[in-house]
Amino acid sequence: MNTDIRRRAFLTGATLAGVGALAACTSNEEPPPAAATAPQGAQDAPGKRVTVGFAGPQADHGWLNAITVNARAEAQRHPDVELVVAEGSNDAATQSAQIDALINRKVDVLVVLPADGKQLTPAGRKAMDAGIPVINLDRIFDSPQAYRTWVGGDNYRMGVNAGNYIGRQLNGQGTVLELAGIDTLELTRQRTQGFDDALANYPGIRKVGRAAAEFTVPTGQARMAELLQAHPQFNAIWNHDDDQGVGALQAVRQAGRSDFLMVGGAGSKAAMEAIKSDNSVLKATVLYPPTMAASAVRLARLLGQSKGVSDLAEQEIPASVTTFSAVVTKENVDKYLPVSFE
Amino acid sequence: MNAEQAVAPEQPRRFSVRLREARNLGLVGVLAVLVLIGALTEPGQFLTTGTVVLVLTQASVIGVITVGMTFVIIGGGIDLSVGAVVALATVWATTRSTQQFGIGGIVFTAVAVGVGCGLVSGLLIAYGRLVAFIGTLAMLASARGLAIQLSQGRTQTVTSSNQGLVDLGYQDSYVLGIPPLVLIFAAVAIVGWLVLNRTTFGRRTYAIGGNLEAARLAGINVKLHTCLLYVLSGLCCGIASVMLIILTSSGTSGNGNLYELDAIAAVIIGGTLLSGGRGTLVGSVLGVLVFTVISVLFTLNNLPTAVQQLAKGVIIVLAVLVQRRASLYSSERTTR
Repeated sequence: MNTDIRRRAFLTGATLAGVGALAACTSNEEPPPAAATAPQGAQDAPGKRVTVGFAGPQADHGWLNAITVNARAEAQRHPDVELVVAEGSNDAATQSAQIDALINRKVDVLVVLPADGKQLTPAGRKAMDAGIPVINLDRIFDSPQAYRTWVGGDNYRMGVNAGNYIGRQLNGQGTVLELAGIDTLELTRQRTQGFDDALANYPGIRKVGRAAAEFTVPTGQARMAELLQAHPQFNAIWNHDDDQGVGALQAVRQAGRSDFLMVGGAGSKAAMEAIKSDNSVLKATVLYPPTMAASAVRLARLLGQSKGVSDLAEQEIPASVTTFSAVVTKENVDKYLPVSFE
Repeated sequence: MNAEQAVAPEQPRRFSVRLREARNLGLVGVLAVLVLIGALTEPGQFLTTGTVVLVLTQASVIGVITVGMTFVIIGGGIDLSVGAVVALATVWATTRSTQQFGIGGIVFTAVAVGVGCGLVSGLLIAYGRLVAFIGTLAMLASARGLAIQLSQGRTQTVTSSNQGLVDLGYQDSYVLGIPPLVLIFAAVAIVGWLVLNRTTFGRRTYAIGGNLEAARLAGINVKLHTCLLYVLSGLCCGIASVMLIILTSSGTSGNGNLYELDAIAAVIIGGTLLSGGRGTLVGSVLGVLVFTVISVLFTLNNLPTAVQQLAKGVIIVLAVLVQRRASLYSSERTTR
């Protein structure tokens, strides 16, 4: 009996100690303070105070998290900008309510990355009708009346640039594979279309295989392992997403292969570091830059202060800004590493 | 001892044992057909040791989870939280502060988080009288949420000082040509089979799943046992999380997405009744292998994912239809 109690006491103590040890293991280092973006032109001088409302989806993916980090960092650079960030949500109804709250708060400009462009079009329209200019980030609203300016990436050109880079690297000869993202998404179709269109420039190059992962590390590992088994010999592969690329690169190492060239997509820190150290098959990645959030905050500030973009001849801020999907290689990786995301 | 024997349905057992075997034979048949398709469509690539290693490696992580899920479902419950628990365990085990404690710290944290989540679910369901579906659904939501919170959406990779763990996935670490991950899977499956078929714990699991009230009246501590089943499932998730870290060298909140459905599907086509009380571990393992072979087969033949999902759906429906026919046949036999 006595030993039983003692044993229980020991077990309880051990459990508590274990829980304590576990709780101490939750911390991560702070993210880098400010994302390094290109310097701003003549309009950088502080002006009228602008309150910018920001509503985005839940940051459950490295790229989406980088969007919020970039927006916050940019706002901190400007003493005349106050950024009001709504809690991220993947639910269209919740996000719509958050946008309502930001409208009621009478923010000067609204930056919205909608959970779903179609479903949140009425919310954008409502803000515009209330006289608040909306900057629509990446996932586009259905109607141009729902936003003042759209800032986003170019999925088609990601594919084009990846295809042309591979074509040049292979000198127009060889076989290639494609590791796509979620097949039901429009962006995956655009990326694949761009890739195919670029490969069509090289009649000597044939796409021999394609598999769709799900933008997660384990699915990237699984599909890549299967592709490697299916194709004992090929020259290059384009992987749509650097997050799933972490798993894909592991699959390559597990298979002990190094006889081909791999190009990534989006521009994660892990991918850029691998490109920089040049010790894996990953030789390049095609950007889908999260700095678009910083650009959106800059444009929001200029809209709030009724200024134009200083390096353009236009009196007004353009209605649409598409970021360029640059190819990051060992030669230029140092320039892009500061804007990579974890 | 006697109590459990009294609870176990002694009379129809002879038939159910025979039927169980028959069902597993059916799955072996399905596997054989799939291998045949592979051999006919891609003879050069499919019939290689590389494919065998690939299938077993890809099946290992979800396979370990399925072992735990089999216990829970035979015991009359369900665990919807496995995927989210894997996400949380991999994230927690790969934070920078955990990784300071080395490989031991990573393994301990992953297993402890799995067991801890299982314990919480088990306590809620067994002692809090929550329906298993609801209790583990709550765990699914909160574990995934906590994983996103801890990782802040980032992909946490294993640091170079802990590279030894990731090296276990490389060919240099293979034992007699078998990857360590496959050995872990085999060990978990064998231990699981022994516990389920050769111990009191296993018999009690069948008894509780077959008839909870009868099991209680027979003197089994039903609450404690139910709780332990979820702890066991959590333990399997913890082990699977370590395996996933070896496989992917990282932890993210996106890990384990929809693993609960994959595991439940494998258990069901393996012949285990969703209502509990009947089922085999061999069937579940075969179920996992069937799904993995399908996935490999489709990539090998360069077919789109949509067709693959369709094939999975058809196989689940067919398996359940066959099961129903078999149980109709069995009740006919016993009533005669």
